[in-house]
Amino acid sequence: MLSRTKTSRRSFIKGVIASGAAASSTAYMFGVSGCSNQEVAIGGVERLISLNVNGVTRNVDALPNETLAMTLRYKLGLTGTKLGCDRGECGACTVLIDGVNLYACSTLTHSVRSKQITTIEGLETSDGLHPVQQAMIDELGPQCGFCTPGQIMSAVSLLNKNPNPTRDDVRRALSGNLCRCGAYDHYINAVMLAAQRGV
Amino acid sequence: MSKDMMPNFELYQPETLENLLQLLDRYGDQAWPIAGGHDSFDWFKDRAKYYPYVIDLNGIAELKGIQEDESGIVIGAMTSLTEIEENTIVNEKFSLLSQAAARVASPQIRHAGTIGGNLNQDTRCWYYRYGVDCYRAGGNTCYADTPEGQNREHCLWGASRCVAVSPSDVAPAMVVLDATMVIASSSGTREVSAEDFFIGPEVDIERMTVIEPGEILVSIKIPNTWANASFYFEKVADRNTWDFPLVNISRAMFVENGSITRIRMAAGAVQCTPRRLEVVEQVVTGSPVNEETAELAGEVAIRGAIPLNFNHFKIPLLQNLVKRALRV
Repeated sequence: MLSRTKTSRRSFIKGVIASGAAASSTAYMFGVSGCSNQEVAIGGVERLISLNVNGVTRNVDALPNETLAMTLRYKLGLTGTKLGCDRGECGACTVLIDGVNLYACSTLTHSVRSKQITTIEGLETSDGLHPVQQAMIDELGPQCGFCTPGQIMSAVSLLNKNPNPTRDDVRRALSGNLCRCGAYDHYINAVMLAAQRGV
Repeated sequence: MSKDMMPNFELYQPETLENLLQLLDRYGDQAWPIAGGHDSFDWFKDRAKYYPYVIDLNGIAELKGIQEDESGIVIGAMTSLTEIEENTIVNEKFSLLSQAAARVASPQIRHAGTIGGNLNQDTRCWYYRYGVDCYRAGGNTCYADTPEGQNREHCLWGASRCVAVSPSDVAPAMVVLDATMVIASSSGTREVSAEDFFIGPEVDIERMTVIEPGEILVSIKIPNTWANASFYFEKVADRNTWDFPLVNISRAMFVENGSITRIRMAAGAVQCTPRRLEVVEQVVTGSPVNEETAELAGEVAIRGAIPLNFNHFKIPLLQNLVKRALRV
């Protein structure tokens, strides 16, 4: 275990990300960014935007061609959202947009400006872990754990909509998330347990 | 693994159809509209296509939603596939469409993916997607139709320099339901039937639909012609999620006193456009719904199929799907 004085790999990376984001955004604090008022009226976008992530408004300098997965991981330091294929073919980057699960790697950051973004970091409340997270631990859901954040987000999206799913419903709901370890059955057990306990 | 960005582009997020048409007019073939984005971002990330102006259609409220009127239903092009799958009117009257929408890709892609995007998506020939200079990409060769070319997913009919197939699950359903595509541009709107909307390589090898630069699909009208018919949809793919069809089949039919009075059938992924099985329709109309009719339908469905090196299996696959579609 790491001692308190040492910096863990995770917090070091997060520190670098935070300072980098701050440095890059100061360049835009004074000067005019991007396009004219006329362009904005027709739909042109500004680079400095506000995102609602996990209930907090975060200001971020997002490029027009930036995907949400990039913004979350490398500008906001929310590394719980994983990047697997970057093609919408694995599900590791699944996040909730207004409660619905989407692939963050295939969503433009600019297209979710006015939406509520929830990542795996936003599920825990002051009462503790989200029931799906707790059930994953109790059922030993994950093996290596890389796809777990995505699996959990898909499960949460399902339980938001259907609190009493059948095993088949769960199977279908998690079908957009690959697991290379093949721990699918354990994930399904965990989601069924979370549903039983009530979300 | 390095995760790089898409090449830079100018992004527009218009909120009205009027602004969208203005932008399409201004940038013409330099502009690329995105709906769900799952087809588009692959092209950009792979550097296989580049457009300096990208127009995000997600903010245009008037392109979303499903409305019912006396002649049928109108589906906004930006309506998500999940919405179509769950919509009560679609489920009651045109369950073929909700069944087909439910089989597209994965749940996350159906949440983001739209009906308009699905109908306008480009073919999945992997040589073409890889960014090689094939006929479809404006070059002068086909990599799929060669002795070594991997063409297991490619066409049985309509090869014309290009052998790619239509990848859509909902497109054949649209053909069966006799849908009309409403296309808008700054000079007005035009309507095209679903059958004429999709075009093969012999018409234009570089696009899959009649949509020209500056035009956009705004809505889809489905008439009551086939409302509450008996429907059948089946998709065969290598995997049950994500995957594109190897062959899919859509069928609408009315049966009276045990015999078929009206029928329409279309198959996907066997040619560049959804293949309407008109010969089957003609042969089975008036026949009783039984094994003999199904057998006959299967036989005529595959007439004229010309397989490539690795896709012979699609012939019995289509034959069996047609048979199954007539057994129910």
